[in-house]
Amino acid sequence: MKEVYINGIAAISAQKTFDGSFLENIEDYQNTLLIAQHPDYKEFIPPAAARRMAAGIKMGIAASKIAMKEADVEMLDAIITGTGLGCVIDSEKFVSAMIDNKEEYLTPTSFIQSTHNTVAGQIALGLECKAYNFTYVHSAISFESALGDGQLQIASGEASTILVGGVEELGPHTVAIHRTIDHIKTEPISIAEVLNSETKGAVFSEGANFFVLSDHKGKNCYAKLMDVVTYNTIAKERLIPIIENFLDRNHTHISQIDVVVLGYNGDQEFDDGYRMLSNGIFKNIQQVFYKHLVGEHNTVSAFGLWLASKILKTKTIPESVKINDIENTEPRMVLCYNQYRGKNHSLILLKKC
Amino acid sequence: MAITGMGIISAIGNNVAENYDALYHEKSGITRIDNIETIQRDAIMVGEIKFTDAQLVKKLNLPSSNNYSRTAMLGVIAAKEALFNAGITDLNTYSTGLVSATSVGGMDMTEKYYYQYLTEPETQKYIESHHGGDSTEKIAEQLGIKESFVTTISTACSSAANAILLGARLIQSGKLDRVLVGGTDCLSKFTINGFKTLMILSDTYNTPFDDNRKGLNLGEAAAFLVLESEAVIKAENKPVLAYIKGYGNANDAHHQTASSEFGDGATLAMQKALAVADLKPSDIDYINVHGTATANNDLSEGRAILRVFDTAVPPFSSTKAYTGHTLAAAGAIEAVYSILSLQNNVIFPNLNFKTPMKEFYLEPETKLVERELNIVMSNSFGFGGNCSTLIFSKEA
Repeated sequence: MKEVYINGIAAISAQKTFDGSFLENIEDYQNTLLIAQHPDYKEFIPPAAARRMAAGIKMGIAASKIAMKEADVEMLDAIITGTGLGCVIDSEKFVSAMIDNKEEYLTPTSFIQSTHNTVAGQIALGLECKAYNFTYVHSAISFESALGDGQLQIASGEASTILVGGVEELGPHTVAIHRTIDHIKTEPISIAEVLNSETKGAVFSEGANFFVLSDHKGKNCYAKLMDVVTYNTIAKERLIPIIENFLDRNHTHISQIDVVVLGYNGDQEFDDGYRMLSNGIFKNIQQVFYKHLVGEHNTVSAFGLWLASKILKTKTIPESVKINDIENTEPRMVLCYNQYRGKNHSLILLKKC
Repeated sequence: MAITGMGIISAIGNNVAENYDALYHEKSGITRIDNIETIQRDAIMVGEIKFTDAQLVKKLNLPSSNNYSRTAMLGVIAAKEALFNAGITDLNTYSTGLVSATSVGGMDMTEKYYYQYLTEPETQKYIESHHGGDSTEKIAEQLGIKESFVTTISTACSSAANAILLGARLIQSGKLDRVLVGGTDCLSKFTINGFKTLMILSDTYNTPFDDNRKGLNLGEAAAFLVLESEAVIKAENKPVLAYIKGYGNANDAHHQTASSEFGDGATLAMQKALAVADLKPSDIDYINVHGTATANNDLSEGRAILRVFDTAVPPFSSTKAYTGHTLAAAGAIEAVYSILSLQNNVIFPNLNFKTPMKEFYLEPETKLVERELNIVMSNSFGFGGNCSTLIFSKEA
């Protein structure tokens, strides 16, 4: 079995992360919806092509290019993306036009671009990359499915350089209907209030997070990916044994974990699980979180992996992500745990490279 | 990788036996559309499952408060049959995963209640049925799959082939002992009108690989296979239906919706699958082709087949004249048909074929052929340049 290294990373999020900086200047929000801080797409996509592209496609292409540049690779053995809701902007355009015009006067562009695999397909097209190309669309574990697939291929020697990423865009109708069922908070909330929020729903957002996985340690290596696993359901009382089992199978004990990255999103209905761990098995470990800074979306857990990778490489932890006071100057092992609305749980274990 | 169970629902039958009977007796499922109100009704033909949503709810015994999309209901029916066929009653004995595929997801409900969602609370339960993973979550719940690897693939019309491919790799690597793999997609106004704008829908019965082909008929279906590890097969002394011998996934990297002129991605997918299976092209006894009956696909796929098989193209046929193009489910239903071909030693005919294409001389099988089959190839290609090939065999 080969080792899996993360040699390049990229994040486009509601914070200014596309330039490789590490949360040095935090944008303070007071909102129920966070829009990404977009890079200048002219650097990545010819303007004529960019005009036809929805936000998700642009974010995905730009993030893939940033990650590949960091890893210093030009070609890939696989392109694997995850997206929970896919290309909602084009889907909404086509559905609303279809309903409004009673199935007449429709044009194909938005239909063509509404397909879930549009981003992976466009990245392949841009690179003229004929390799393995996959898109996972399973809610909050869409990205982890892609990451696990990449890990499997590198560990088995099927591939040596793989691009994996998660991307999510905001569509106005999708936002509006998720407000009606309180998946989005009714009242704006500041980033400082998210951790102890007492209201229902989350702050929705958009973003793209991409990674280059390799079978060798690149000069820009961030971390070694030890394991990733997902669970469709976990009953509350089973959470701790499952985490312990996961560490066990990686010959690791909880006391060896230096930092845990948790998926708190400020939804009082579903943050309990995290809190139980924070006050329980993770009590003596440095804990960090990130959704207060970048919001919630189906592949935002990939931002958690970005954060974990940055922590391991830079050996610094920005003040803005700290949950507790436990300090760790030499982080060697980081564990990420995420779930969304009590379902689709994921665990990722990273080691310093 | 051993296949120990399969289940299917399509326009030609509600289970494996009915599908086989229709294939064998050349009974096509292509009709006018009945369950969806659309202005395209007289302009298109479809492969429709004739149960209404209400009948499906009843069939599955769902409470009236349910929020199942049609995609989810079809998926549950096929997945349950697959599990039953594999003789599995207790899912907790072995680590069991589920990999499903869909392109439409819950679009049927989204397009029905799109604006009502904003004002009518009774429709809002379906908001969460829209996303791609929802039908898979429902299938897992109905089967009792818990604390497990459950995911969904969406690579347009190759989605289910990719779910099968991933399942095979998960078993091979020892990550799972057992996995249900397949796909489900229902008909929707969204796809009907989308494909209509692309001008690739036929106004009559689709005619794969025919020179006068006019485009595809959309269809709806779901199918699942049960894959189990060698250790499980041994321990449980299980009968094996067939084996997955090879798989290949490649990208055409040519155009978002059209296939390249000479089928680069398709050629690569077939070559990769042969390499994984460690087989020569001459080992393939039959190809269940993608054959959607669009001008572009059949030309590109035909050329790719010639590139791979050269002067020795094996017998081939498309079963889409029976079922229509069932999008994300196509790879799974055609996997079931490929296994039925192996089990029964029959090649199902490519219905409606009359005139060979001008560009090359490739003639599909037009009559039912009964002959010994040991290795069958199945192709699935999709938007985004996604090309996948699976190879099934009778023996391990």
